[in-house]
Amino acid sequence: MLNAFYHLLIRDLRLALRNRHELANPLIFFVLVVSLFPLAVTPTAEALQSMAPGVIWVSALLAVLLSLDRLFKQDYDDGSLDQLMLSPNPLMILVFAKVIAHWLLTGLPLVIVAPLLGMFMSLPADAVSVLVYSLLLGTPVLSLIGAIGVSLTVAVNRGGVLLSLIVLPLYIPVLIFGANAVDVAADGLSVKGQLTFLAAMLALAASLAPLATAVALRITASR
Amino acid sequence: MLEIQSLECVRDDRLLFSDLSFTLAESEVLQIEGANGCGKTSLLRIICGLRLAEAGKVKWCGESIWANREDFYANMVYIGHLPCIKGDLTVLENVRALLDTRSLSVTDHVIETALTKVGLESYDDVPGKALSSGQRRRILLAFVELAKAKLWVLDEPLTALDVQGVQLMESMILEHKQAGGSVIFTTHHGMQLDCEMRTIELGSFTHAGQRD
Repeated sequence: MLNAFYHLLIRDLRLALRNRHELANPLIFFVLVVSLFPLAVTPTAEALQSMAPGVIWVSALLAVLLSLDRLFKQDYDDGSLDQLMLSPNPLMILVFAKVIAHWLLTGLPLVIVAPLLGMFMSLPADAVSVLVYSLLLGTPVLSLIGAIGVSLTVAVNRGGVLLSLIVLPLYIPVLIFGANAVDVAADGLSVKGQLTFLAAMLALAASLAPLATAVALRITASR
Repeated sequence: MLEIQSLECVRDDRLLFSDLSFTLAESEVLQIEGANGCGKTSLLRIICGLRLAEAGKVKWCGESIWANREDFYANMVYIGHLPCIKGDLTVLENVRALLDTRSLSVTDHVIETALTKVGLESYDDVPGKALSSGQRRRILLAFVELAKAKLWVLDEPLTALDVQGVQLMESMILEHKQAGGSVIFTTHHGMQLDCEMRTIELGSFTHAGQRD
């Protein structure tokens, strides 16, 4: 079982590394959107600092949303998804492997460049480290919840709008707590509460989202 | 081994078949026949548990396939219309990826032997996107051969295969039957199987047509 999990994870990472231009898309989107903001508004340090948490978090969320399609689309189109569903291993475990691969390829790069963008938006050092922690806890939740949405819409042609409608309401709590943590940290207050809440959401999503995704995939395949 | 009990399938408000029952024992080969759109693919997907039937049951070794899914899937291999081949993986990696989902670990040598058998020797390092559609189907044949399944469910396995490919498929089915395995398949091409074979004709419902 763990063997199948590990091999699927490696297969997805290998496929992504052989297709590098696609890999860079969410990262470039993230960096571009955040760096356009100072050009559009008054670029004073205070103004930038006050909107930085929101801007960075919204851009990260949209970058993940745009990359979600990749999670199951190719496997659905070439029939590999059927083979995953016919595996003697629990589909939930295989789905989990695919979601982890997706996070390593989209969420993690965002977390890594985030400090740079935080400094660029003149966030204080404390807030930059909280930004990294909040994204580290929050982006996996985005991938996990996104997987449920994609598995419901993968069979729909141009299901992008439908996907955002399903997924965005579920993303909002993550956005609120993530951005608020950075905001509060910039004011020099404790962010324990927000980060604990994000961690709780991650635990909840990690335990329930793969199950929901597996069920949704079976529904999609049965049409 | 496999038992189908009064299956009914409806697609887009059209009744494809109903009250379909049959059993498949070990060493049995069964062909599903019928015109386009009469529900052959739907039937095979229902048997695999990929699609839900409107009514009826599929049983494996006396139990519903949902009750012992793990055992059923370990003993069943399905190939459908889609190639399941990743263009960015090599032929060897493609076969390995398919086997990995079934938790089968085999050595490179075993895979190479199977690839030789299906006529893809010296192709193991070629990326999937460089292959023709017939060669992609042959990769699937190598996968079926290595899947260690008692039951083969093959939906149009002869698509895109050349004359040698068709002969290869026929000999693989015969070998599998002799080893005690069973096969359910559909095809529109002539398959000359040199053995006892049952056929089931679907489609008597397509003209009787509308569901009331």
